[in-house]
Amino acid sequence: MSLWRQLARGLRVLINRTAADRDVTDEVQHYLDEATKAFIARGLSPEEALRAARMQFGSPLVVYEQVRAYGWENRIGMFFSDLRYAVRRLRKTPAFAFVSVLTLALGIGASTAIFSAVNPILFQPLPYPEARRIMMIWDISQGLRMDVTFHTYRELVVRSRSFDALAVMRPWQPTLTSEAEPERFEGQSVSASYFDVLGVQPALGRDFTETDDQFRGPRVVILSDSLWRRRFGADSTIVGREVKLEDNLYTVIGVMPSRFENTLTPSAEIWSPLQYNPQNITDLNTREWGHNLRMVGRLRPGIGVNQANQDLGLIARNPVTEFPRPPWASLPSGFVVNSLQNEITRGVKPALLAVLGAVVLVLLIACVNVTNLLLARGAQRRGEFSMRAALGAGRSRLIRQVLIESLLLATLGGVLGIGVAEAGVRTLVALSPSGLPRLNAITLDQTVLAFAFAITTFIGLAVGLIPALHASRSDLADGIQRNSRRTAGGYHGTRRALVVSEIAFALVLLVGSGLLFRSLQSLFAIPPGFDASHVLTMQVQESRRRFDNDTARRQFFAQALDEVRRLPGVASAAFTSLLPLSGDQSGVYGAQFETGGNFQVFRYVVTPEYLETMGIALHRGRLLDARDGEFAPPAVLISESLAKITFPGQDPIGQRVHVGPANRPWYIVVGVVGDVKQTSLAEVQPKAVYLAPAQSWFADTTMSLALRAHGDVASLVPAVKNAIWSVDKDQPIIRVALMDTLLATSESQRRFTMIVFEAFALVALVLSAAGIYGVLSGSVTERTREIGVRSALGASRGNILALVIRQGMTLTGLGVLIGVTGAAAMTQAIVTLLFGVSRLDPITYLAVIALLVAVSAMACWMPAWRAARVDPSITLRAE
Amino acid sequence: MENSNTDVIQGTLDMLILKTLSLEPMHGFGIARRVEQISRGVFKVNPGSLLTAVQRLERAGLLNAEWRQTENSRRAKFYSLTGPGKKQLEIDTAEWKRRASAIARLLNAEG
Repeated sequence: MSLWRQLARGLRVLINRTAADRDVTDEVQHYLDEATKAFIARGLSPEEALRAARMQFGSPLVVYEQVRAYGWENRIGMFFSDLRYAVRRLRKTPAFAFVSVLTLALGIGASTAIFSAVNPILFQPLPYPEARRIMMIWDISQGLRMDVTFHTYRELVVRSRSFDALAVMRPWQPTLTSEAEPERFEGQSVSASYFDVLGVQPALGRDFTETDDQFRGPRVVILSDSLWRRRFGADSTIVGREVKLEDNLYTVIGVMPSRFENTLTPSAEIWSPLQYNPQNITDLNTREWGHNLRMVGRLRPGIGVNQANQDLGLIARNPVTEFPRPPWASLPSGFVVNSLQNEITRGVKPALLAVLGAVVLVLLIACVNVTNLLLARGAQRRGEFSMRAALGAGRSRLIRQVLIESLLLATLGGVLGIGVAEAGVRTLVALSPSGLPRLNAITLDQTVLAFAFAITTFIGLAVGLIPALHASRSDLADGIQRNSRRTAGGYHGTRRALVVSEIAFALVLLVGSGLLFRSLQSLFAIPPGFDASHVLTMQVQESRRRFDNDTARRQFFAQALDEVRRLPGVASAAFTSLLPLSGDQSGVYGAQFETGGNFQVFRYVVTPEYLETMGIALHRGRLLDARDGEFAPPAVLISESLAKITFPGQDPIGQRVHVGPANRPWYIVVGVVGDVKQTSLAEVQPKAVYLAPAQSWFADTTMSLALRAHGDVASLVPAVKNAIWSVDKDQPIIRVALMDTLLATSESQRRFTMIVFEAFALVALVLSAAGIYGVLSGSVTERTREIGVRSALGASRGNILALVIRQGMTLTGLGVLIGVTGAAAMTQAIVTLLFGVSRLDPITYLAVIALLVAVSAMACWMPAWRAARVDPSITLRAE
Repeated sequence: MENSNTDVIQGTLDMLILKTLSLEPMHGFGIARRVEQISRGVFKVNPGSLLTAVQRLERAGLLNAEWRQTENSRRAKFYSLTGPGKKQLEIDTAEWKRRASAIARLLNAEG
């Protein structure tokens, strides 16, 4: 009721100000009239009565203003008049407005862009119901996380009590063969419970059931929304129809909703049931006993990660006869249960946190710079503020005025910053390191815009606060006589402190990017173990024959290789199951030496000539060749570091080893070859074995071709593809890349961090140079008279120059000192991204300090030069 | 004129206005004069504070305002008490009496 009255009265005033003002005037006038009448009634003459009433009443104008100022509507009016005034002020100083708005736009834009990338990955829960309960489960062996075997999964399904549902999956890349050129899809083979674990159901059709996921069960698929729209025109009658994959007909049973985000394999567009065989548990030489499945689970409500870990640990330590285990799946160290969110962000967390830290520094520098500019302006406006205070503006009114100005600047910066962020997000996505999860979630969504709005407001208040307090503190008398120089001390102290902090922040950023740069340098100085120049690579997937025919598969690769070799210009070519630094890392198996050593090793199945093609060194013995066929004694090459660990000081040639299943004949070591970096250049002692295709215990479905050519190797791509397709036109070829490129992009995470750091450090350097320049030139302007006196008293130009430069360099020196301390502490945050360089690397620190000092010396030079040219006769006369 | 007049005690102006208007509707000066008369000149009412206070009470729904024509054809704003205003006056009066008697007891105990 009264709230309504408040609102209505206020609105009436806002709508018709004149009528409201007349009401107040009339009421005040009437009051005065009545007071006069009262005095006349006491016997005073009309003139005397009026004077007496006036005496008692005070100034009618003051009363009028007092009454008129009541009501919430006046605050709005005041706000708008302050705002209009602020706009006018900014338009009078366009250079100041431009620089501040641009600086803030950079700061706000950069941090909004980074936030938009970091938020969905690090802070937001995954897009599933109760995503916290979704876990990933790994088999642990010798400290390495391994994919689980199918029978281990089955044992956990039966014995574990911690999970509502468990699911396993493996990559599946079916080829749509009906088209002219085969298209391969990324997909997954999943156990029936996969979508239950994630908590998402198909939008059309139905989910997989246990009946679908049976050995030799029906051929059914579920499509992603994007595939359904792209290939099938969003046809709602798709459910029940058949599609031809791998020469087989599959029935479409469902389509996932468009909002479904498959964070485990973002590129997957099609799913089929796993259909492994649960009956053959005693047959060890099967895919069901291979470490080839990823496992996820949804915890029961109320069960924590620790409880689940304990539960699974107990199962691992207590085998039961129902579930016999072979040595390679005997679960000696149990399992690791970790939330899916952590798993997905594990690889990129250090880089993202470092980048987030860097952007905070940039934002701080931007704020400090604008605060400084506002302070400098405040110094010029002292007279104005003193005058307003003298005319009766309260301290809060003055503070509000300055804050409205800074908020206006921040808002303009924020609006422009959204544009900067838009561009920034696009750049970030383009630069993003391989394996950055939830890439499609990186957009300027509502959360991000809310964040931008929040920091804009915060910055508006933060950068205005110090100048507002300074402005309102001004002493009336001092301010009005504008010549007083003593009062300038306060401003200058603050401004200098701000510049010092700016230099310190810039130094931290520069040190960070310097260290990352040096890390990349030392990484790329490491020999990868092969010669990457003039080598073309591509991945060929044998897709038609599902699982069953190893011989046919080997034959296809052998024939394809023959065709490729026949091409003119090809010096040598070979297939390998694992290509170094390409992201392949699933080929890890146990190697048990007869002498007792037991290691996890990379298993390279290579055709003859692979080591020659890649230029991998042979240290001892012989390479693999045509001799090592299916019926020849199994031969293996081992990497140098494996040889050194297993047979220190001995000759490993002739030693015997089991790779993979132990129930097969021993492999005999026939040679030792150089170490090759497989996952990263930072990898130490990569242990590896090399086998001939015919002697491996299974035939790989995916092989990478490595091809060395004379001259321009990239121009061979179409010819090579055609040569492979001449053997079988349905085999998809993907990931065509020069080995040089793979090598360069293998360090994408470090590189990404370094590029972002360098960009930010550059901005920081420019802003802090601008900061020094601003402070010095302000101080030169205010000290013109002093400088004039000095030169009149005989100071040379050199003396004056030195005076100003010394002032600037003192600030720089202080900033550097604080910055070095800060950098020494804060580089701890990027220590995992560094390689081959200490975070206290003196060369980096010295180089960065030299750069910063040089830049700030340049920034000092201009004001100093201006000071040196001050003509004493003019300045002294001006007094 | 007495020299010993005092400003109205902080926070009691609203109550005094309500009390004054409980007798009859009045304009601004009328309220001020009545407060001074009844307090025998102890309380002086500042016109600006008074006019702001009646405006506030009007917006809070405790008073109604009405423009009337005066004899010399000027406009005068007359205020009267509303139902909620009466209730508020009772609450304020009871509260004031409670406090005043407590203070009186304290002062007497000192003596």
